[in-house]
Amino acid sequence: MSESLSVNAPLTAADGEPLKLKLARERRNKQLKAVALIAPLAIFLLLTFVIPIATLLKRSVDNPEVVSYLPQTTKAIAGWDRRALPSEDVFRAMSQDLLVAKENKTIFEVAKRLNMDITGFRSLLQKTARKMPLELAAGESVRDRFIQIDERWGDPDHWHVIAKNAKSWTPFYLYSSLDLRETKAGTPELAPVEERAFLNIFGRTLWISLWVTVFCLLLGYPLAYWLANLPARKSNLLMILVLLPFWTSVLVRVASWIVLLQREGLINSALMNLGLIHEPLQLAFNRVGVYIAMVHILLPFVILPAYSVMKSIPQTYMRAAISLGDHPFAAFWKIYFPQTVAGVAAGALLVFIMCIGYYITPALLGSPEEQMVSYYVAFYTNVTINWGMAAALGSLLLIATMTLYAVYSKLVGANRLSLG
Amino acid sequence: MLPNYASPIERIWFWTFRTLCVLILIFLVSPLLVIVPLSFSSDSFLLYPIHSFSLRWYQEFFGNGVWLHSLKNSFIVAPAATLLATSLGTLAAVGLTSSDFPGKSLLMTVLISPMVVPVVIVGVGAYLFFAPLGLSNSYPALILVHTALGVPFVVITVSATLRGFNNNLIRASASLGGNAITTYRRVVLPLIAPGVISGALFAFATSFDEVVVTLFLAGPEQTTLPRQMFSGIKENISPAIAAAATVLILFSIALLLSLEWLRGRAERMRTSLAE
Repeated sequence: MSESLSVNAPLTAADGEPLKLKLARERRNKQLKAVALIAPLAIFLLLTFVIPIATLLKRSVDNPEVVSYLPQTTKAIAGWDRRALPSEDVFRAMSQDLLVAKENKTIFEVAKRLNMDITGFRSLLQKTARKMPLELAAGESVRDRFIQIDERWGDPDHWHVIAKNAKSWTPFYLYSSLDLRETKAGTPELAPVEERAFLNIFGRTLWISLWVTVFCLLLGYPLAYWLANLPARKSNLLMILVLLPFWTSVLVRVASWIVLLQREGLINSALMNLGLIHEPLQLAFNRVGVYIAMVHILLPFVILPAYSVMKSIPQTYMRAAISLGDHPFAAFWKIYFPQTVAGVAAGALLVFIMCIGYYITPALLGSPEEQMVSYYVAFYTNVTINWGMAAALGSLLLIATMTLYAVYSKLVGANRLSLG
Repeated sequence: MLPNYASPIERIWFWTFRTLCVLILIFLVSPLLVIVPLSFSSDSFLLYPIHSFSLRWYQEFFGNGVWLHSLKNSFIVAPAATLLATSLGTLAAVGLTSSDFPGKSLLMTVLISPMVVPVVIVGVGAYLFFAPLGLSNSYPALILVHTALGVPFVVITVSATLRGFNNNLIRASASLGGNAITTYRRVVLPLIAPGVISGALFAFATSFDEVVVTLFLAGPEQTTLPRQMFSGIKENISPAIAAAATVLILFSIALLLSLEWLRGRAERMRTSLAE
């Protein structure tokens, strides 16, 4: 009977409309409602978060100086064969551009940009601009006059730099952030050892983050295990000791660590009074201080997820293994530990992701040797005002973070992330 | 805890492990305990031993225009950011849990990403974006970016609460004649309130503790308390910082206690509903 029902006529609602259609419409309505609820936040984040970061990414390849401030040269140099000196046209365009740039005071911007490729270009350009406009004798070429002002204008390498930068985008900053430089053929090559800086900084960032993560695991795992296996009343009370620092301002904690670790600080004076050391130890403003403070700040991020995973493992499993003759350590290793790996690893990965972007703690508690990528992003933004470098370093840091975050989402599922 | 028949090795292990754990707990709280007494010192340096006690640094903190101004700014920016983040985040969480649609997990990943993107990048990006609009050195830009940083916490906590929500309650309300808005206001919201409030507390703490974005986006007018502490630690570290720290610690205790109270309440509600 049921067969004949389903075969002969589709199920319909009271108004005669097929139920299937109605259901589909209902589901679509629900989806639309969901999208409408999410839309305000999505648009908000697009405007205050996604677009600003996209602006930063774009800045890392932006190269507006030559194109906008030496427009005629840009046009003229496009036809240059890049071997011998450029033609008279290019020189004439340059002299006109320099005159305009001098009057608009944009010459400084171009000079600063070209100086990044060849040191000394700044003074060369400013010196030449001061000589504008040129008063040429009859029959004298602009080219000869330029070379007379400074013989570097007779060097094709200088023109090569101008030609290279006569494009509105450049890989220069990204290459520099990776200690690469562009060869004349346009391919990247590694800079000479003495000029390398950033690979070292990236390496240091990963190295510090790795150790902080390891220390967090070494301290966080046992504590979470202990807390998870205590009676609830006790563990709730002790959990406050984990949560209180977690909720306290990072700056308060950094200030406290300075009090504890500085030369005349509490730890040094205690050790001296005990007669264990005679000279104060250098604990703050070096690697040790940075490790201590960062582990302190990030430790709850391992403890909390580990604790919640361990809470869900029945204690009976271990007891069963032990009663079946396993040594307690073996039982722990074979029965308990494997069940915690996924949760704890996720916590550790989150700690590592947060570490590589750290700025405040190394800036306040470290020496120049401890400064990580974030510090240089801030440095190029605030101190030298080199937006290109700041943006390029930031972009690379962002790529690293987002790659790790994608792995994290895959492992944990961003929608199953929970707090405390 | 330790059975009577435990072997000596087990005993030694048990006590070593315990001591280790207590030491880790001491490591976690000692910095907070150390800085509080120093705020009552009458010395001009952040050093132990304390020779005599006074309230001079609290007078400095509450009497000095710079500190007070930064405290006031923090209390302008953080509540505004919290309000925005909580309303936007709660709506989105309701949308995210109510239905499945293609690209949902990707969207969730994006909505949560302000939590993991290094703050320096957010700060520089926000500066590059807001400065040409004439919005750097202004409260609105600071509040908007702090909101973005706080939103993930609201989304996470509210969706977690909603996942434990019994959808039959919505159907029951509808069958009794409640329209969508009445149902939401009188049935859903009271039940998910603990999640919403704890998300709000997280968002508040995020903004209240934020330095890096503030470094890039705030002018001297908008200096917040953490920003003021940052320059205080960098330039001249005086016990006024300890006084500021103590105020902040009291504040975090208040936040933590309200959160624990909410958690307890949610727990009680869940068990009473189950019965």
